[in-house]
Amino acid sequence: MTPEIILQAIVTGLMMGLIYALIAAGLSLIFGLMDIVNFAHGEHLMLSMFSSFWLWSLFGLDPIFSIPITILLMAFCGVITHYFLIRYILKAKMLIQICATFGLSIFIRSIAQLLWTPDFRNVDKPLLEGRLEIGSVFIGQPQLVASLVCLVAFIGLYLFVTKTETGLALQATAQDRHAAEILGIPSNKMFAIGWAIGLGCVGVAGGMMANYFFIFTDVGINFALFAFVAVALGGFGSIIGCLYAGIIIGLVESLGGLLIDPSFKLLYVFVIYLIVVIYRPQGLFGRY
Amino acid sequence: MENKLLIAKSEPLWNTDNRVIYFIGSLIVLLFALPLFGLNSFYLHLLIMIFMHAVMAQSWNVIAGFSGQISLGHGAFFGIGAYATSFFYIEYGISPWLSMPFGILVSGIFAILIGIPMLRLSGHYFAIATLLIGISFQVVFQRWDLVGAASGLWVPMTSEDSWAALQFHSSKVSYYYIFLVFFIVTFFIVWLLSRSKLGYRLRAVRDDPQAALSLCINVSNYKIIAYVISAMIMAPMGSLFAQYILIIDPDRVFNIEISIIVLLITVLGGIGNVWGPIIGAAILIPISEYSRIYLGGTGGAVDLILYGLILMIICIFRPDGLISFVPKDILERKKQR
Repeated sequence: MTPEIILQAIVTGLMMGLIYALIAAGLSLIFGLMDIVNFAHGEHLMLSMFSSFWLWSLFGLDPIFSIPITILLMAFCGVITHYFLIRYILKAKMLIQICATFGLSIFIRSIAQLLWTPDFRNVDKPLLEGRLEIGSVFIGQPQLVASLVCLVAFIGLYLFVTKTETGLALQATAQDRHAAEILGIPSNKMFAIGWAIGLGCVGVAGGMMANYFFIFTDVGINFALFAFVAVALGGFGSIIGCLYAGIIIGLVESLGGLLIDPSFKLLYVFVIYLIVVIYRPQGLFGRY
Repeated sequence: MENKLLIAKSEPLWNTDNRVIYFIGSLIVLLFALPLFGLNSFYLHLLIMIFMHAVMAQSWNVIAGFSGQISLGHGAFFGIGAYATSFFYIEYGISPWLSMPFGILVSGIFAILIGIPMLRLSGHYFAIATLLIGISFQVVFQRWDLVGAASGLWVPMTSEDSWAALQFHSSKVSYYYIFLVFFIVTFFIVWLLSRSKLGYRLRAVRDDPQAALSLCINVSNYKIIAYVISAMIMAPMGSLFAQYILIIDPDRVFNIEISIIVLLITVLGGIGNVWGPIIGAAILIPISEYSRIYLGGTGGAVDLILYGLILMIICIFRPDGLISFVPKDILERKKQR
């Protein structure tokens, strides 16, 4: 076990971590806004990867250039989700909310399976290919670009939520929806915006990952699990917490895989989750 | 006031409206008599699946409906039960009837081990943790060579029907009666549970943990009790299922689909209600089997699409499940004047 291999694992983990962070940020935004965990988050990621794939395979659009379209499609998907499903269960019991988004996840996944079959696909010869060699560390170009784009998107999201007027309105709605309504912030519209942005984040991550990841109907499950863990680690509703949590998960995944046994990656993350949640239920950066 | 309380305390737990007793009694007689009419094996299979899923959903109902903790990884206990019987039968030739209680015991122990750290979590944290638990079990069993890793266990077939080995090849009637008995016994147990002090305390924990705590109900202990009961109901179904299909592998018995379907059946029928899982299973399993026959077969997951759709529609329009169509006074304990 040379230091180079460990360094390599750290770099790989860091790059995956940034992607997890962005996916988790979308989840966290939605949760913070309306106390609903989107259990269909992984399926939305799958949809965004497929949108990127189909734009490439039908119109010959490279995944890098189709990113804006993917984001718009996903944002639209978010608004639809809010309008047709979430709107009705806002006041329901938590159990019903979990069941509803869980139902949505089954629905999307099996529809995708019916339409596109469970085959594995990948984008052939994307513009981003090959790898860089820095010292003794190999970095895949698509992975590097994906994680950098995710980082930029994350910073953009953070600035949007903390600096712009709409972002502040979102925060106000998250804190107290009725008080925000009295001040003239329509909460329903804010929820729709929250869903659009939350799934837009997923669109960025999915679109970038389409460059190098296999695209199949069950792809979202693992990412969604890590996103749930990241959200709980970072503290439900805390966006900046997702960044740290995503990176921690990425590192635990790659280092645990290297040092112990790669087939139990999920278990290491699970152990971290349990430890954090039991000793610090509000998460690392939680508010309450 | 006190008098009424005494009357309520003195009456047995199963005291209920006579109409309900007659209805259930005739239903049980009908179910026992059904195979005598010479049903073909498809209908027997359908009924067996309904019984099995109703019991599994009932198990989920105990933890989610009564004590309000949503477990998304209940397939784990199903798999433990299945592996317990098959492993001991294949390795040591121990009869499934003897290893089934062992599977139940192991499930219960696992439920305690999992429950102690996790049931301190609430709401979403618990749901996510159980989702991870379910998948962790699958991952571990896929790599565990002792129990056949990913290829699973093949239960050797006996040459003829055998009660000791719990295998019947000539007809499904014996399986039918075994599942039916388990179904009735489980429902009776859960029915009594829902009317006992324990049941009321669990519901108090579900509805308002703080108020329950102020009444000296140890919230986390009661959640663990509910989790253990729930796991112990789930395990024998895994054992029976393993003996029914005679081949088990991690992808089948630890599949997340099991966790999904128990949730769906319960929510469809009516969560927190003893009758909910029966209604849910009786409606959903035929839909699922028929859609698999007529629409599936080409790798399409039509039954899953229906599950998802039904789940969302129920959540939007009837959060209390189909049982809420039945007038309430029939289902409740007989009023004392």
